[in-house]
Amino acid sequence: MSEEPQIVVRPEADGAVEDEGQRTGRPDLITVRDFNFFYGRKQALQEISLDIPEHQVTAFIGPSGCGKTTLLRNFNRMNELIDGVSYTGDIKLAGRSIFDPGIEVIALRRLVGMVFQKSNPFAKSIYENVVYSMRIAGVRGRKVLDDTVERSLHAAALWDEVKDRLHESALGLSGGQMQRLCIARAIANRPKVLLMDEPCSALDPIATMRIEELINELKREYTIVIVTHNMQQASRCSDLTGFFYLGSLIEFDRTKKIFTNPREKRTEDYVTGRFG
Amino acid sequence: MDNPLTHSANFFEDGSIESSKIVSRSLGNRVLTFVCIALSFVAFVPLASILYLVVKNGLPLLDWSVFQTLPPAAGMTGGGFGNAVIGTLVMVGLGLALSAPPGILAAIYICEYHPKGRLAGTVRFVAKLLTGIPSIICGVFAFAAVVLSTGNFSAFAGGVSLAVLMLPTILLTAEQALLGVQKAYREASYGLGATRFQTIMRVVLPDAMPAIMTGVMLAVARAAGETAPLIFTALFSQFWSKSLMEPTASLSVLIYNFSTMPFEHQVKMAWTASLVLVFLVTVTNITAQLVFSKKHA
Repeated sequence: MSEEPQIVVRPEADGAVEDEGQRTGRPDLITVRDFNFFYGRKQALQEISLDIPEHQVTAFIGPSGCGKTTLLRNFNRMNELIDGVSYTGDIKLAGRSIFDPGIEVIALRRLVGMVFQKSNPFAKSIYENVVYSMRIAGVRGRKVLDDTVERSLHAAALWDEVKDRLHESALGLSGGQMQRLCIARAIANRPKVLLMDEPCSALDPIATMRIEELINELKREYTIVIVTHNMQQASRCSDLTGFFYLGSLIEFDRTKKIFTNPREKRTEDYVTGRFG
Repeated sequence: MDNPLTHSANFFEDGSIESSKIVSRSLGNRVLTFVCIALSFVAFVPLASILYLVVKNGLPLLDWSVFQTLPPAAGMTGGGFGNAVIGTLVMVGLGLALSAPPGILAAIYICEYHPKGRLAGTVRFVAKLLTGIPSIICGVFAFAAVVLSTGNFSAFAGGVSLAVLMLPTILLTAEQALLGVQKAYREASYGLGATRFQTIMRVVLPDAMPAIMTGVMLAVARAAGETAPLIFTALFSQFWSKSLMEPTASLSVLIYNFSTMPFEHQVKMAWTASLVLVFLVTVTNITAQLVFSKKHA
């Protein structure tokens, strides 16, 4: 496959960061501008603008139906799998619009990996799950595949648990292991961004803790955007937090600020558990 | 109920646990369980008696020679139905080859490509109509389409009529099988940058394959036993067939012919042919189940 778009990671030039408090000293990788999104006639996102810096963990919080997952699923254009969706505005990845006709959606999804709410390993072996993205790209070399499996499983903190049964079905793993396998699968071809859609909502506290530790490790190499219902999780493992409500981005700032001294009353009400 | 203290102390004795409502509910539960078990036996009886009769009447004449010899002429004894076994295998195989690829591919189209499109809706509707069509109509259709245009009865025409019969079953069960594949698998595949074709070939089809094959086997089993579509199209033959374009014997038509003859030997032979037919269908089914369920795991 040769349609990898020529995306070069470079700092966002227009310096559109509105709030000094958001600054992390890192260049922005994803910029969203005046983004509106519709399911048929129903508007799910309203005028969203935000900048996501690279090598940081950005969390989206908010009550159910607030649009946080919708926005996340726009970053790799997964929403296009649904009939009748439309958008206005723009999302840029490293300065280039992801809706640019010159960008192949399958190439975009190789740059922007995704981990889903419910772990969804294929009914294949652990090994074949990890190398899926390589296989579909036509990679054949045994050595390359083996190395990828080892590297990805190490990165997902799963290697020691499964190294002796790589060729057994992935469906025999525990829930937490499956989710870490999905993370390994998502990072196997080294994306730039890792999207996580409530990755721990189906896991027990110990498995959740392991994933959160993993998120902290992974941000050195990847830019992570995580949707979560769990506010402790957002405060524990994110650098920046965006609070969404009824399809709007109410507040986006450093996580510490959102949780200790939010600008908006609604944010404060939500993070202190007064509603939501 | 008025005094919470006495209530909590006496809640076993106050009769609430044996109230008539609860008794009648658990009685209803037991009655329904019994009815279900009884009716399962009722459903089992005809199946078991058919098998019993076929085995009892079919076994006496069953030996290797029936597979190697030609049907006896009216009033004669001996012989077998080797040509009919081959004819059935050939025509069902032909029907399968003609119906499975378009059926499965059409199911993939209406499930994976444009599920809400007009073409998908039409195909789905027509397939549902076709499942309800009597098999003799498939025979008449193949008669008009193949026999009349080629000028003779043939195994090919028989295969076409069986294909028409099998197509809607294969299509609709394959569609159900594809719909049964979790959306999460598709999302995972697309999320990793797979194209639709790759997603279908590597994730959706392997997962749906056992269910698709079950549908195919149902269609095969039904087609193997069909007589009506073959009487019009393949007719029958007393001889080993040498080409697909000549009249061909089949087990079902042989059973139909022989069972109505006034000769005891022919009637017995019809029972033996029935036993062989049941055996062939069962073996195909079990083999397919074993092969595809293993592949899946």
